[in-house]
Amino acid sequence: MQSMEAGSQGDLDAFDRHVGADGKVEPQDWMPAAYAKTLVRQISQHAHSEIIGMQPEGNWISRAPSLRRKVILMAKVQDEAGHGLYLYSAAETLGVSRDELEQQLLDGTAKYSSIFNYPTLTWADVGAIGWLVDGAAIVNQIPICRCSYGPYARAMVRICKEESFHQRQGFELMMALSKGTDAQKRMAQDALNRWWWPSVMMFGPPDGESVHSMQNMAWRIKLFSNDELRQKFIDMTVKQAEALGLTIPDPDLRFDEASGHWQVGEIDWDEFWSVVKGHGPCNRQRLAHRRDAHEAGAWVREAAVAFAAKERARSARKAA
Amino acid sequence: MAAAAEQARSKADDADLFEVALRLGDSALILGQQLSGWTSHGPTVELDIALQNHALDLIGQARLFLDYAGRLEGKGRDEDKLAYFRQAGEFRNCLLAEQPNGDFAQTMLRQLFYATYARALYAGMEAEGEGELAEIAAKAEREMAYHVRHAGEWVVRLGDGTKESHKRCQTGLAALWPYVHELFMADEIDQRLIAAGILPAFEDVKVEWMTSVSSVLERATLAIPEDDWMPSGGRQGQHTERLSYILGEMQSIARSDPEAKW
Ligand SMILES: [Fe+2]
Ligand SMILES: [Fe+2]
Repeated sequence: MQSMEAGSQGDLDAFDRHVGADGKVEPQDWMPAAYAKTLVRQISQHAHSEIIGMQPEGNWISRAPSLRRKVILMAKVQDEAGHGLYLYSAAETLGVSRDELEQQLLDGTAKYSSIFNYPTLTWADVGAIGWLVDGAAIVNQIPICRCSYGPYARAMVRICKEESFHQRQGFELMMALSKGTDAQKRMAQDALNRWWWPSVMMFGPPDGESVHSMQNMAWRIKLFSNDELRQKFIDMTVKQAEALGLTIPDPDLRFDEASGHWQVGEIDWDEFWSVVKGHGPCNRQRLAHRRDAHEAGAWVREAAVAFAAKERARSARKAA
Repeated sequence: MAAAAEQARSKADDADLFEVALRLGDSALILGQQLSGWTSHGPTVELDIALQNHALDLIGQARLFLDYAGRLEGKGRDEDKLAYFRQAGEFRNCLLAEQPNGDFAQTMLRQLFYATYARALYAGMEAEGEGELAEIAAKAEREMAYHVRHAGEWVVRLGDGTKESHKRCQTGLAALWPYVHELFMADEIDQRLIAAGILPAFEDVKVEWMTSVSSVLERATLAIPEDDWMPSGGRQGQHTERLSYILGEMQSIARSDPEAKW
C-alpha cells in the first residue's frame, strides 16, 4: 500500500489541496496514514453496526403478525447483512483484512453504533427502528455519498437507497399501528418513547466534545457536524411524528421562530457515554450472540477450507 | 387461459385442490419459518444471507399457495387467516418441514431433501397441469432448483470436508431420513389429483428424487442409513410435538388481537 509510505510535506500539501477541492481519493493513490486509519475505523464501525443491527430486528422475524410484514422484515435484515459486506469490502481497499476487522468486533475492541444496545421489546419496535434509526442513518450517510474516499462514497450510494426504503417501510408500519386499535396506538407511542432519545444520540456527542471532527471535515470524511445532522433529523422527524399522531417524549420540545428549527430539551449524555462504555441494556447480549454464532460456525468454515484443499489436490492429480 | 384454467379445475374437486394448496403452502411456510431462525446466527455473513434468501423464497411460495387456497375455499380466509388462525392439527405440512434446524449440516440436508422433492413435484405440476396452481408451481420450481444446487453443494462440502463435518452430516442424515418416505406416499386426495393431471405420479417424483439425492450423497461420501421407520401423517394433519411450538411462536402477536390490522 502506498498509503503506508511516509509522504513528504509536499505530498501532504498536495493531498490536502486535492481533497479540499472536492477531489476523490482512490485506493491506489497516496494518502496520509492518519487519513487511512481514520477511514478504516469509521468504515469498519459502520460495517459492525450493520451486522450487530441484524439482531434487534431479527428478534421479531419469527413473530411478525402477517406474512407480508414477515417478508418485509426478513428482506430488511438481509439488506443490513449486505451493507455489512459492502462496507467490509470498502475497508479492505485500505489494506486491512475482513478477518482482522471481524476479530476486533468479536474481542470487543471495535465499536458499533450504540443504538443497537437497546432491546426491541414489542412488535412496534420494528417500526420505530425503521422509521427512526434508518431515518437517522440516512441523515448521517447521505453526505458520505460525497465524501473524499471513492470506495466508501460508492458503497454509501447503494446503501442509502436501501436505507430510505427501510425508513419508508418503518414509517408505514408505525402508521398502521397508530391508525389501529387502542392497544396498537399505545404500543406505537411506547416504542417512540423508548427509541426517540437513543436515536437523537446516534449523531454522536455535541460538536464541542467531538474529538475527530475538525480534521475529518478538512479531509472531507465528514461533511457536516454532529449537531447540524442531529438538527436536520429532529426537524424532519417532528413533522413525521405529527403525521402519525404520536407525541415526541420531550416536554421541552419547541419551535424556535428565530432559527426556524425545532429545539429539543436537554440530552442525557451520561446515558450515551454509559452505553458507549458497555453499560447499555444489551451490549453484553449482542456481543455474546455474535461470538456464539462465530464459534458455532467454526466447523463449517473449517470444512469449507478442507474441502477446497481436497478439490485442489484432486484437480492437480488429474492435471499430472 | 381462463377457459383452460376452468377446464383443469373442473376435472378436480375444489375441496381436493384446496387440500393440496394447503399441503404445499404449509410445508413451504413451516420450513421457511424455521429457516428464518438462522438470521444473524449463520456460520458466515454470506451464508446468513443465503439462508435468508431460501426462507424468503419459501414464505413467498407459501403466500401464493395459501392465498389461492383461501380463494378456492371461498369463506373469506386470506393467507394470514390461514397462516395465523389455524391450530396445529389443521396444518397440512409434511413432517420433514417441522424437523428442527439442528446444526448447519442438518439444515442443509433438510433443505436438500425438501427442495429436491418440491422441485420435481412442481416441475411435474407445471408440465401436466393448467391454471393457477400450475403457474404457482412454475414460479416455485425455478426457486427450488436454486435451493437444490446450493444445498447440494454444501452437503458435498460438509460430507467430504473434515472428520467433524462428515460426522455431523451423517448424524443429520440419520435424524432426517425417516421423514423422507412420507413425501412419496399418495393418499386418496393425491391419487384423485394425479388422475386429474394436476399432480405428477409420485413414483416418478420418487425416482427423480432418489437419483438426484443419491448422487449428492455419494459425492459427499455419506451413507444412506439402514432404517425401516417411516413416520407419516403430517399431510393429513397428524404432526410431531414440535409443530405446536413453532406455531405458538409464529402466531403469538397475530392472535393477541384477531381484529387488529398490522
Ligand atoms: Fe443498513
Ligand atoms: Fe436499514
